[in-house]
Formats: sequence, structure tokens, C-alpha cells
Amino acid sequence: MRYAETGYNLEIDLTRRSIERVATDPIDTELYLGGLGTNAKILWDRVPPEVEAFSPDNLLIFAAGLLCGTPAPGCNRTIVSTISPQTRLMAFSMMGGFWAPELKYAGYDKVILRGKSPELVYLWINNDKVEIRNASHLQGKGAVETEELIRQELNEPKAQVAAIGLAGENRVYFASIEQGRSSASRGGIGAVMGDKGVKAIAVRGTRDINMARPIEFMDLCNKVLAYIKVREENPIPGVMPILAGLGSPQEMKVHDEKWHTENFMWGNSRTRRKDFWNEEIEKNWRVTLESSRIRLISCYNCPMKCAATISVPGYPTYMMKCFSKLTYTMAAFSDLDFGLKIAQQATEFGVDAFSTPQVMAFALELYEAGILTDKDFPGMPSDNEGRFFWLLEKIVRREGIGDILANGTYWAAQQIGNGAEEFAHNNIKKHEQLPLKLSMLNPIYFLMYATGEKMNITQIEGQFPQSAFPTLEEREDFVKDWIQVPDEKFKQYLLDWELRGEKSMPFYPTVEMCCDIVDWQERMHYIDDALGTCSGLSSFPLKPPYHIHNYPEFISSGAGIDMDEARLSQAARRYRTLVRAINIRRGMRRADEKPPENHWKKRFPELEKELLDTYYKFKGWNNEGIPSKESLHELGLDYVSEDFQLRRILTDSEDASSEETSALKEKN
Amino acid sequence: MACEVICSAFHATPKYSSNNPARSRIRVIRDPIADIYVPVYAGEYAVAECAGRDKYIIDGKEYDECAFCRASCPSRDVFKEPDSGLPLKCDMCESDPPQEKPLCVQWCLNEALIYEVREEEKENEEKLEELEIGLESLANKYGLHKITDIVTRMSVSKKG
Repeated sequence: MRYAETGYNLEIDLTRRSIERVATDPIDTELYLGGLGTNAKILWDRVPPEVEAFSPDNLLIFAAGLLCGTPAPGCNRTIVSTISPQTRLMAFSMMGGFWAPELKYAGYDKVILRGKSPELVYLWINNDKVEIRNASHLQGKGAVETEELIRQELNEPKAQVAAIGLAGENRVYFASIEQGRSSASRGGIGAVMGDKGVKAIAVRGTRDINMARPIEFMDLCNKVLAYIKVREENPIPGVMPILAGLGSPQEMKVHDEKWHTENFMWGNSRTRRKDFWNEEIEKNWRVTLESSRIRLISCYNCPMKCAATISVPGYPTYMMKCFSKLTYTMAAFSDLDFGLKIAQQATEFGVDAFSTPQVMAFALELYEAGILTDKDFPGMPSDNEGRFFWLLEKIVRREGIGDILANGTYWAAQQIGNGAEEFAHNNIKKHEQLPLKLSMLNPIYFLMYATGEKMNITQIEGQFPQSAFPTLEEREDFVKDWIQVPDEKFKQYLLDWELRGEKSMPFYPTVEMCCDIVDWQERMHYIDDALGTCSGLSSFPLKPPYHIHNYPEFISSGAGIDMDEARLSQAARRYRTLVRAINIRRGMRRADEKPPENHWKKRFPELEKELLDTYYKFKGWNNEGIPSKESLHELGLDYVSEDFQLRRILTDSEDASSEETSALKEKN
Repeated sequence: MACEVICSAFHATPKYSSNNPARSRIRVIRDPIADIYVPVYAGEYAVAECAGRDKYIIDGKEYDECAFCRASCPSRDVFKEPDSGLPLKCDMCESDPPQEKPLCVQWCLNEALIYEVREEEKENEEKLEELEIGLESLANKYGLHKITDIVTRMSVSKKG
């Protein structure tokens, strides 16, 4: 009997219209846990580096995390994995909501799509009954609309539906997959789903999910719930409001946006407005949010209520969470009312709320600079907000300039030429980043930006405070109940960290300390993404209920696998390295691993080099960022080093083959 | 939803060894776009479906014809074991062993479910009501005047 997991994947070939239920190997669960971990294994095994994103041989995998569908609070995440059309590397995007538990209750751990359907279809998964159904009547419909239409068509009000909108159908490189209040947004996974001709996947399940050691597991769950209560009653002092509590940043609840609006960049990640927030704006935005927000809502089996149903007069009701509240507003130098309105359209079209606003602002910057002219924008209104609505319509339909912009700022800039590359200034590995340009280099963040395979800072940061506490008192107060640290040394790192002077950035935390801190933060995210836990209760906030000390017990008592901290860390390291291996094999090297040039005003090239050198060694990678034969062997990944040697990515000598690197760079 | 998970887990045999919202004695009608969130817990077993059902509109929100019904009924799947079809009934977690509060109430941290113990009415007062109802009905039928006459005659004859 399998515990926590179902032990079955659904393999669907859209070209041949075949559906198979395939039993999985429990050894893979022990080695790679599930979710992102086992997704990486499948992509490594079955998608060679020659396969492009829009090839029928690319796989689109929807995974339910290992603990989804168990009573563990907040374990409800779907992990979508594929090859990204934008970065040409592995993309993995997560969404919460209700879909993953439903898939588990239907009896499957994953849905693996290969091939392409020539007609638009949707999948209906209902316990043992799995069908590929005609979706031509759903073509062009909004993602949220489609969910309701499918539920009605199937007469299954309890079915959970993940769908793409027009953007996914048109293979926009930043198209998302929407499901109720949740969205798997980044990396262009929506484009791959559209490319494969799948409009939606509907699931309904009524089967049991088993626990190995039930009483122990429930005890752990109850402790998590009790901790959540305590932690919510005691927000962390001395940090900005959205970092003080648990959950995804409570953007739907919090009115005070001083920190975001004055520290993040407006426009195409261009302008900082240090004195923006004032009483009048606070009042206006408060009124807007309170009048548009109907209710705060949670995901499956989670009490945090991070999202809200939003109803702006004249627009259909939709659901929103987190930073999408501000990304459109700030890209357009507009107000919250505009942001909420355009976000409704964006949600129905199914686009990523980080990339899209920047792409639109980028287009307008090029227009202002004369690189794009009137003839590129036929019929575009002259008012600011109108322009953004117009651009959104063009992009999701790939019409005119929209067809170029739909590939993201990096590729659009290449295609437009004429100096446009200068304006695509906020990318890492061709992928748009958070609109943030600060002044002093943060060594911890440097490493996370450079080496994070998710290419999104919010999915690697979290456990260590973002800046030092001003007084020793505050620091001592923080560390006294900091049970989450893997080792006491982290407390000392924080206690000695100061805002100014010798023990401040960029030279403190020291290079070695940064390696420890980044490794810890990244590891927690990777564990979350295998187990299906929402990072809002784990890797993202400070002092979360899930951490390295109780996770092994959850896995043991839930899945029945022998697990302790060391084994868990090793497993996380294993599939993290596998993700890197996939990207290395696709041509990624050290030269790609850098934050945007202007990300901080004050850069320290020598320190940055030392950081990357030391971190690579710390991780067991060579100076090109390629995992070494020895470190691969230690993780049981000999099959990776064999493959690398066949491809001459690793040779028997220490250094990477340099001819290989330049050849692959040319290909990109 | 958390309540459905914990209810089905608590009632599994062995306890907590599995969970399955389809086996839960409490179900939540959830439609976020329509802003509908209604918990309903399993009640009686119905041998046959109701005839002549209709939709409800309350406070501008439209609810399905069977939405609030607690019955385990042949017309629908809810409040039944998904495999055997056997009916489910909520016992407020009062048996096997009795819990301080039903598990669903404990697990809903948003306090959407409230468990209250209410005082029962005293028996004497009930009997009085019965008496009043009886007398009132006799008075309506025969007239209060006649009742008074009979009562007076009865008390006189008893004394004698």
C-alpha cells in the first residue's frame, strides 16, 4: 500500500489520444520525494536538450505534491513543470487552490502530457474515468469563465478545473494556467499548454488517501495549527507589515503600501518614487480596496485567507492574491482602481502579473524613445490607462506589435533591435524579474538571483531576515524563539549583523555565511515544492510552522518513508542538482548566472566573483557552475555525470570543456 | 476544505488512517464568485427524493434546490459513502470516544462553525403548555362559559 501518494501517474499522449495509468516506483519517492523532485527526474529522463518548448516531445507535467490530500494544513500545491519557450530552460510554476488534492483523491499523483492535439480539447479526470473531450466551443473563452462552463457541461459542481485563457491558446510566452483563486503564472507554462491544444483539465475524485502512522501525523498537524494561531497573534516586530505574519504576503488585507510603492520601481522597473505614499493616497486606495473586496478567502485546508474575491463595478467578479495587486498599478504609474480593473481582464486572458505589466511598460518606453513609432501602435488611445488596456488586448491576441511583445522583453528587444536591448534591463536568463532596483549590494540576494533555477526571487528567499535589525535587543528578541534554524550558527549570524559599519552589507554576512544562508532558504523552497506545501506556511515567511525539524516527521508518518533531517536535506540536494543538470545540459553556464546590471547601484565585482566562486564550490559545482563528478556521485546521480561525459560537458579533468560552452552560447 | 478532511479522517477505521472528503459528514457549498459558502452537516436518511423542489434566492444569492438539505438522499451523492452508497450521519463527534468539540469545529481556524450547548426546557412548563392548549381548544369548541360551569360542578362534587 502506498501512503500519502497514490502511486499512479496518468500518461496522456495527445497526438495518439492514448491514456494510460502507470504505476510509479516507490524508490523514486524515497530519492526525489515527489512534486518538483520527481518532475525533474521525469524531465531529465525523457526530454533531451534538443527538444524545444513547442515540440510535441516536450512534456507538460502537472504534479500534486507528496503531502497533498493529507490533512497537513496548507498542503495543496500543484507543481507544473516543462521546458520554457522564453528561457529555453526548465520551467516550474506552482499554484495553490484546490486542484492538487482533487487529483490525489481521483487516484493520481501526476498528469503527464506529451504530444499535441490538433484540435482544442480538455481533459476530464473522474476517478477511473479519464476522457479527452472536445473544447472547440471553449476557444477564446476566459480562463475563469471556462471553469464554470466545464462544471456546468459535466454537471459536476465540485470538479476543480485548471484552464488557460486566450493568452495560453495563442502561446504568449508569459501565459498562465488559472484555477479559481490560484495561478501557475511564470515561465510560459500556459503557452506550452496552449501549444499542446489543451484548454483545461477538470478533476473530480472521491477516493481515499492513506496515512502510514495516522496518530503521529495528526499530532503533527495539530501542532502546526496551534503554532499558526500563536504566530498570528504575535506578528514579528520591526519588519514591514506583510513580512510580519504568515501566509502569502497578505496584500488583500493590508492597506499600508508605503513600503512597496516607495521601494519597488514604477514603470518598466525604472523609477523610484521615494515620497509617493501620503495620506490622500492611503485614503483613496483604502476606499478602493474596501469597496471592491468582497471577502478574504483561503485555499484548500488552509486558514490563512491570503486571497480575496474582487468585484469592481462594471467588471465581473474574480479572485486575486499577492503582488498582482500592485504590479499593473505601478507599471502604469496609475492607481489601485486601475490595477484591480486591468487585473480582472488579465486573469481571464491568463497572463503572468509580474511579466505582463513590465512588457507593456517596456513597449511604451520604446515608443517614447522613438524606437517604436506611431505605425507600431495603430489605434492606441492617448490616455495612459487606455494604452495599457489596448496593449493587453494586442499581446494576448498576438496582433501587430503584440506578436513581438508576447515573447517577453528579451526576445522582443532582440527582434525590434535599434537599441531596444537597453530597455530590456530587468531580466535574468531572459526572464522578467521583480521590479526592484536598490542601492547597496546584498550578498545573500546576489547569490539567490544569480543561481536560482526558478529565476524568481520570491521562490528562493524567505527564512533569513532581509536586512539587519537596528539594535542588539531586537536581534536577541528575534533569535530567542527561532526554532526553525537548522543550526545555532544562523542565530549568531543574525546577532552580529548590523545596519552600518564593519558587520554590514556588502561584506557581512561573510561569503561563507551567505552560502549557508542561501542554501538553507533554497532548500526549504525545494522541499515545499516536492511536498506540495504552500510556501506561505513554510519557506517564504519568517518563523513558519513547517521547517527542517518537523518536515522529516511529516514525511515519515505520512508517507511511511524513513526520513530524518540529514536524509531530507540530501534528497532536496539531489533533485535540486537534477534541476541544475537539466539546465546545464540545455546550455546554461556561469555567464548566465547574474542579476541585471543595474539591480543595485553599488556593485562590487570582486566580491561578486568571490561569492559565486565560493558558492559553486560549496554546492559541489565547478567554476562553470556544472555539478562535479564527485558531487553527483555523492548524491547517487552517476547517470547524470555519465550523460555529461558523453556530451563532453564534463571531461575527466577538473575544468569544463570550454569549446562546448561557446558553441552552446551561440545557439542561444 | 479542512472540515471535510478532518471529519472523514476522524471517522476512518483505524482512526485517521485515511481521509476522503467524499466520506465527510460535513460538506461545504462553495462558490466564491457568487460569494456562497454554506456548511451543511449530514442528517436523516431519506427513502425517496422530494417532489416539487425549487431554487432559493436569499439576500440576492441563488442557491440550488437541494443546497441546504441535510438528508442522505437517492437524488444525490452527498452524505453517502462513495463506494458502498451507505448513508452517513453526523453524530457531533459524541461517540467513539466522545470529543469535547466536533473535529470540524476544532479545525476551522476561521471560526465559521460554532458548537454550542443549549439548555433544555423544564418538563413542568411543557405540561402546562399542553394543558393550556387543551383548554383553549375546548373553550373554542364549547364556549368558555360551559367549561367554567363543568369545572365548578366537578370541584363541588369532589368536595362532597
